[in-house]
Amino acid sequence: MTRLIKNIKRRELLRQGVTATGALLAASALQANGRYMGPPVSVSGERAAEVNLKRQTLALTHSFTPLQQLHGIITPSDLHFERHHSGVPDISEENYKLLLHGLVERPLKFTLAELKRFPAVSRICFIECAGNCQDYFSLSAETTAQRLAGQTSQSEWTGVALSTLLKEAGLRPGAKWLLMEGGDAALMTRSVTLEKAMDDAIIAYAQNGEPVRPSQGYPVRLVLPGWEGSSCVKWLRRIEVGDQPWMTREETAKYTDPLKDGTVRQFSCVMDARSIITSPTFPQQLEKGWHEIRGLAWSGRGRISKVEVSVDGGGSWEPAELQQPVLDKAYVRFRKMWQWDGKERLLLSRATDETGYIQPRVKQLIDIRGQGSLRYHNNGVIGWRVNPDGSIYYDPVV
Amino acid sequence: MCSAFLCFIKRTVLAAMVCWMLLLTEVQFVLADENERWGIGQTATPEEIQAWDIAIRPDGKGLPPGTGNVEEGKTLYLQRCALCHGAEGKGGLNDKLVGRLPSGEFPFAEPGAPKKTIGNYWPYATTLFDYIRRTMPYQNPGSLTDSEVYSVTAYLLYLNEIIAADLQLSANNLATIKMPAVVRFVPDDRLQTSNVR
Ligand code: HEC
Repeated sequence: MTRLIKNIKRRELLRQGVTATGALLAASALQANGRYMGPPVSVSGERAAEVNLKRQTLALTHSFTPLQQLHGIITPSDLHFERHHSGVPDISEENYKLLLHGLVERPLKFTLAELKRFPAVSRICFIECAGNCQDYFSLSAETTAQRLAGQTSQSEWTGVALSTLLKEAGLRPGAKWLLMEGGDAALMTRSVTLEKAMDDAIIAYAQNGEPVRPSQGYPVRLVLPGWEGSSCVKWLRRIEVGDQPWMTREETAKYTDPLKDGTVRQFSCVMDARSIITSPTFPQQLEKGWHEIRGLAWSGRGRISKVEVSVDGGGSWEPAELQQPVLDKAYVRFRKMWQWDGKERLLLSRATDETGYIQPRVKQLIDIRGQGSLRYHNNGVIGWRVNPDGSIYYDPVV
Repeated sequence: MCSAFLCFIKRTVLAAMVCWMLLLTEVQFVLADENERWGIGQTATPEEIQAWDIAIRPDGKGLPPGTGNVEEGKTLYLQRCALCHGAEGKGGLNDKLVGRLPSGEFPFAEPGAPKKTIGNYWPYATTLFDYIRRTMPYQNPGSLTDSEVYSVTAYLLYLNEIIAADLQLSANNLATIKMPAVVRFVPDDRLQTSNVR
């Protein structure tokens, strides 16, 4: 009956010369049966109005991915963490070129369209800032996974293999290092080994299927799977091939690790294995009963082979399930069902990668390297304390 | 059922077709260049490269002509840098640039370590020239002439007690300046083992 009335109404509207869309909209105003016609198709999708997903910003130069609100292993592009030195430059395709010169037989330049003509490669990998977790000891108990460790994100990156471009230019004898220069105001630079460049480096123009976003390096960024974010130079405009590193500020004054023995570890680019429980974490509130402990684990050395979870602060460990796919130098999602009994608990996770490297406790890192070195490469085990009232807090376990 | 002759004709035609298809495949889908080149991209001209190639290496490669000194550097520093880095490279809103430690001390791995500065941590003086020229002053990078960069570099090295007040800095001597912390830098050794290092 209601349907009949609706049909008549619609036919009337149509007869009155209203467009189909107009009719739908008009019909949506007619409440029948508590059901509403929704808005029609649109040119771009939005998140549900009640879903609040945001990067957390810090100063003008850092933003963090909301790890505790995400599922699976891909970070939505708009939520990919940021670290810039002098802001996001505005570069158009028209003004873009990539220079490749130095110890090469043919110095070349490429437009974006030319880069896209080469054989393309795609791969899923994480990018993590070497300084992720650097505020480990200064953050309060009311700290989210996002603020603590959100300077890591994962995307599918598409572009041309750097090895393809280097073959195109032809390497000259002596070539060992490459200088990567960004086109931002800082003209950010890092030296990268030829070995890495030939192995799996990608000159990426796409992220999760769309052009790389400006904050991620539009039109083109370098992606070095498993290496610290700082070396994955964004807004890449120049590659120079040389026989030694340039010793830029970002690989001398910054992104180096002073050690207890008085030396400074340099070019420590590979990110060691890490895991983090993303749920349950602050500010979740737990009820007694079954919950799934979920998190992410990754290693710059290769694939994750095992993640263990502890609910008693490391007294005993249980293996978690690894969600397929388990990819090289990429996040794996781990899961473990757990029945909370209402007692105080300390939740930890620990990753092992295929090389046999086991994620250390923070105390181990301090003992081996010294606390002052934790500014970069602090990949220690992370803890979340569950209180009897069901509240969960960040706990800087050592 | 076919006579020997017909079979022969059929086979020949088939073989010819296969050959022709292979030929087509080769022309259209296989990289012809034995050096694995696709022939995509244009030659970068020396002028284009020169316009962008401003990187300086520890051996001095890339240092431009020009010269500077501590006195001019001080004037420039007060005008262009002090606002953010403090009057003498200390106490500013942004990075501390000046500071030395007693010889033999290097407490950066300890809790509450001192701030890293040019004098106590930077391994190469060439990095300072390169960084100032490419990135500073922060809000207006590239606005200093090469001689001005030499001067500000000289002033900061002087404040860090690394060069004398009367040194005339240029491509001739910048790369020869020895920074106190250079001996401490070692390459990454973590990947040689699966143990934590
Ligand atoms: C508007 C503020 C501002 C001005 C003016 C400025 N700087 Fe900076 N400077 C910064 C900031 C911010 C950083 C840190 C940038 C970063 O880490 O990406 C910095 C970093 C530096 C560093 C690196 C410090 C380190 O230990 O890594 C040096 C050297 C430097 N500035 C020199 C200069 C000189 C020389 C001038 C003047 C020609 C100058 N700056 C003017 C804000 C400023």
